[in-house]
Amino acid sequence: MNGVPILSLMLLVPLVGAVACLMAGREQARVIALAATLVDLVLGAFLWSHYQIGGPQWQFQEHAAIFAGFEWKLGIDGIALLLIALTVFLMPICIGASWNAIEKRAGEYYANFLIMETLMIGVFTAQDLFLFYIMFEAGLIPMYLIIGIWGGADRIYASYKFFLYTLLGSVLMLIAMMWMVNEAGTSDIPTLMAYSFPVKAQTWLWLAFFASFAVKMPMWPTHTWLPDAHVQAPTAGSVILAGVLLKMGGYGFIRFSLPMFPEASAQFAPLIYGLSMAAVVITSLIALVQHDMKKLIAYSSVAHMAIVTVGLFAFNRQGLEGSMIVMLSHGIVSGALFLAVGVIYDRLHTREIDRYGGLAINMPAYALFFMLFTMASVGLPGTSGFVGEFLSLMGIYAQSSWVALVCTTGIILGAAYMLYLYRRVVFGVQKNADAAAMPDLDAREWAMMIPLAVAVLWMGVYPETFLAPMRKDIAGLEARLAQARPKGDADVQIAAISPAAATHEHGDAMEHGAQVHGPEAAHGEAR
Amino acid sequence: MHPIQLIVFLPLLAALVAGLGARLIGKVPAKLVTTGALFASCALSWPIFLSFLSGSAEASVVPVLQWVRSGNLDFQWALRVDTLTAIMLVVITSVSALVHLYSWGYMDEDPDQPRFFAYLSLFTFAMLMLVTADNLVQMFFGWEGVGLASYLLIGFWFRKPSANAAAMKAFVVNRVGDLGFMLGIFGTFLVFGTVSIPAILAAAPGMAGSTIGFLGHRFDTMTVLCILLFIGAMGKSAQLGLHTWLPDAMEGPTPVSALIHAATMVTAGVFMVCRLSPVFQTSETAMTVVTYVGAATCFFAATIGTTQWDIKRVIAYSTCSQLGYMFVAAGVGAPGAAMFHLFTHAFFKALLFLGAGSVIHAMHHEQDMRFYGGLRKHIPLTFWAMMMGTLAITGVGIVDVFGFAGFYSKDSILEAAYASGTSAGHFGFWCGITAALMTSFYSWRLMFLTFWGKPRWDQSEHIQHAVHDAHGHDDHAHGHDDHGHDHGHGHGHSHDGTAGYHPHESPLPMLLPLALLSVGAVLAGYVFHHAFISEGGGEFWKSSVAFSEHLIHAMHGVPEWVKWAPFGVMITGLAVAYIAYIANPGLPAVFSGAIGPLYRFVLNKWYFDELYNALFVKPAMALGRVFWKQGDIGIIDRFGPNGAAALVARSSRIAVRLQSGYLNSYALVMLVGLVGAVSWVIAK
Repeated sequence: MNGVPILSLMLLVPLVGAVACLMAGREQARVIALAATLVDLVLGAFLWSHYQIGGPQWQFQEHAAIFAGFEWKLGIDGIALLLIALTVFLMPICIGASWNAIEKRAGEYYANFLIMETLMIGVFTAQDLFLFYIMFEAGLIPMYLIIGIWGGADRIYASYKFFLYTLLGSVLMLIAMMWMVNEAGTSDIPTLMAYSFPVKAQTWLWLAFFASFAVKMPMWPTHTWLPDAHVQAPTAGSVILAGVLLKMGGYGFIRFSLPMFPEASAQFAPLIYGLSMAAVVITSLIALVQHDMKKLIAYSSVAHMAIVTVGLFAFNRQGLEGSMIVMLSHGIVSGALFLAVGVIYDRLHTREIDRYGGLAINMPAYALFFMLFTMASVGLPGTSGFVGEFLSLMGIYAQSSWVALVCTTGIILGAAYMLYLYRRVVFGVQKNADAAAMPDLDAREWAMMIPLAVAVLWMGVYPETFLAPMRKDIAGLEARLAQARPKGDADVQIAAISPAAATHEHGDAMEHGAQVHGPEAAHGEAR
Repeated sequence: MHPIQLIVFLPLLAALVAGLGARLIGKVPAKLVTTGALFASCALSWPIFLSFLSGSAEASVVPVLQWVRSGNLDFQWALRVDTLTAIMLVVITSVSALVHLYSWGYMDEDPDQPRFFAYLSLFTFAMLMLVTADNLVQMFFGWEGVGLASYLLIGFWFRKPSANAAAMKAFVVNRVGDLGFMLGIFGTFLVFGTVSIPAILAAAPGMAGSTIGFLGHRFDTMTVLCILLFIGAMGKSAQLGLHTWLPDAMEGPTPVSALIHAATMVTAGVFMVCRLSPVFQTSETAMTVVTYVGAATCFFAATIGTTQWDIKRVIAYSTCSQLGYMFVAAGVGAPGAAMFHLFTHAFFKALLFLGAGSVIHAMHHEQDMRFYGGLRKHIPLTFWAMMMGTLAITGVGIVDVFGFAGFYSKDSILEAAYASGTSAGHFGFWCGITAALMTSFYSWRLMFLTFWGKPRWDQSEHIQHAVHDAHGHDDHAHGHDDHGHDHGHGHGHSHDGTAGYHPHESPLPMLLPLALLSVGAVLAGYVFHHAFISEGGGEFWKSSVAFSEHLIHAMHGVPEWVKWAPFGVMITGLAVAYIAYIANPGLPAVFSGAIGPLYRFVLNKWYFDELYNALFVKPAMALGRVFWKQGDIGIIDRFGPNGAAALVARSSRIAVRLQSGYLNSYALVMLVGLVGAVSWVIAK
């Protein structure tokens, strides 16, 4: 506002911090990093408070030509605002989680994190297709380095896998982007979002983008990089990977695939449903048999992200808004869970579930936070996990009761694997002396847990705070998708036709307009 | 401020203070805060109930906060108060307040008391949110909230593996029901465009006869919705098929069993079906399903109750069975009778559980009735309280004169089932009569085994420990440890079966709730049956449930033998129990030996746990391992990244001088791409 390029500033602050970190020692670097992320948090709060809900679709726009038609072009809508808020909220917590854990090459480590923050915010603010591409792909480089340098024993394999998967997707996406710019004559994202691409071309473009987003999401079966990456990454790396990087796939779908290729999205919806259903059931079952805490939570992330994709491809308001809330909630909750794992990993240096047990006795405060985040993960009403999951699944029910049924089994399986984890780690007797000797949370850990806990409960009790900024944008998207939306399988038919006729003339009856779509119509016809 | 806000939120506040601030304020203040809050809630609830009883109150909704708004889906946090809610309010707050008080005595030696009291209050809050819900989603909030509290309380003694397993089982099995509930809410929203309960009740009749697509087929709309919602009710109310968690839930402390697993939480399913009774009545199929499930549960659980040895498990199966009665009533269109039985059952079942707790307390944590006996003279007050509970549950009473609580409510259910005239109703009636026979038998069996006969305490390890500890302690004072050991041991095999143990009557905080609940067990039926289930009950219920005057008339017109049948089976059950456990104690063993396989089938709870273990638990674990080892690692990784790696490794032998590491190649690919893109645009 008032001509201050706040978005550029938000990108600049971590970048400057990164340069400073490179030149500083361990002690200074972490202070610089914390300061930079906190400044960005304040800027983010300023951004939110000055964002006009119900105002213009794109706000805080900035642009400056660079060369040859490429522009430094930033701007946000409500969807981007929420994801930026998530990013700046999680970053200081990540720095806090690294405070004592990182000893090797600390300056470079914090610089990597700060660069990653710049690039993540860049992804959500970019309004130029190629600017987006640079941010989107470059954002993975610091993550790759964080895993590869500061990771666990198998870090090379994990970072390599991470690289290989993402490479595949990004190449195809770049080619598609070039074709699009050529076709539409602009690389401006808002213009492209309203552009009608030929339906035939949409199919190929959609697939090219899908390759990239499905990997980032990650959707089954391109998810196998995630458990390895999480297991090997340092705690803060896991937090930001689960918290923000996984949201890039969802953001991609909601920003590109759905508005730019609505017909292709409808055409491929069954593919998304199939992969998502497989993900919910398969990865949940896999999570059930894990012995490694981080792997378990990583697999649960895949299952939760599947709820996001079904919600997005439900093509209706509840589905879309629900997906956004799941993304925000999962960002906070899985971040918190990885942090919770980190807390005990820092003490005992193992992620093996069986090495713990009975932590409720010596770490009661920790047990309480862990319980809260576990419950948020299983979607207990009153926590953030419920609102998004509920809306997404409600959205998909309107499209397909089968998909809704299969995906809702996630609430059973989710409860099973999370409570099984909790039971083995926190309940039971103290069978390992070293685990029993671990001290409870210290002040630094309290300071990280409390904001996360508050966010989880806030989003669960009063989600309106998070629904309001994106309402208008989602409404616009829903309207754009309206024509392409496939017919749901649950159409209610009021006409009193005999059951036999109903089964025979299934198709006909639907055509003849006996079905109703909304409550108003239903009441009207019923009277 | 409307009192309902205080009633609901005081327990939450107290739970937070006691749970989070216990270390700050100390143990006793934490207990005082929670107990005080509950008594305050209780004191505020009764006037509301009485005002509905006198007909002077109107239904109202107190909004609290916006919750979710997404498109045309819009619901709030709000507190609804009507007749149905008012009944639940007094049940929940009264039993909860008494259970809080009782826990002062029962949990006295536990080091984690603030946590226990915080959980109890948290549970009460969630239960109150459930019954005051004005929309289905808030009901679901309460539904899952009580599930959480139940999980925490069953697993309260978290060092015990069996308690942890039971807690997890309760949560997960309930989630199976919740799957149905959630799909039911989705379907309801799709059909009615709202989740507001009054709006749904009003619109439901208009949807009767319509059809809906579900899982690729077309079904009657209301049947689909009702059955989905009812699956949720089955989970929470432990109906046949989803009942397996309830007996295991007895791992929790006994006050928890009384509050959650007898009086309140498990009745949530019944409450839901009654709350939505106008919706359920639009689908005859759904009503039939409710009746059959209720009747089957009622019979099935009673059979198991006759064979169990653990005093709490007997009462747990009894609860399961009584919930079946309530569903029978709801299913035959008599929600008034269902709620009446819920109301009376809350008092006498809480009484029985707390009484059992008092016995367990006196017997040093021994729960096996085989090691009880002859306790009547040692703990007389507990005995009389249990007696009142037993008279109430077996339905002792004379038609048109006076009866204990269960007499009015259970008989009205059986009459309603008979009077409904449907085949489902008759099935319900006969299952109910048979179950009433078994109820009488197992209830008296429990009494006779516990309070009559000769003490059989010396075989109990718990008692032996207690005696041993006590004597060890005594002799320690004399400075002769070894001698004390022998002495105690000798007493352990004394001839009177007492092992030298002296059971003590429970302290006042435990006896007071027993006394008050006894009053409820004796009088609740007599005092309130007029309002709940007589002609003119419509004025009391005021459309909060689908009260059928017609059915009430029909109930009065049932043949005399139907009215007396419950009395007959009650006496029969008593007589059989007397013969088997007093007159001829050798008989049960002979009988169970004679019907060996059948006895084992019932004793092992119809092998449900074994069946589910083989059908669901083990396959889930096995599938998980297959998907992981064979799927992710064996197929996806092998042909995906690892396969590509092998390919890269081969080709990189050639290209190794060009590139040094993945990061470089990654950046290079990106750069090449960008250069390509730039040239493309410039060239255009």
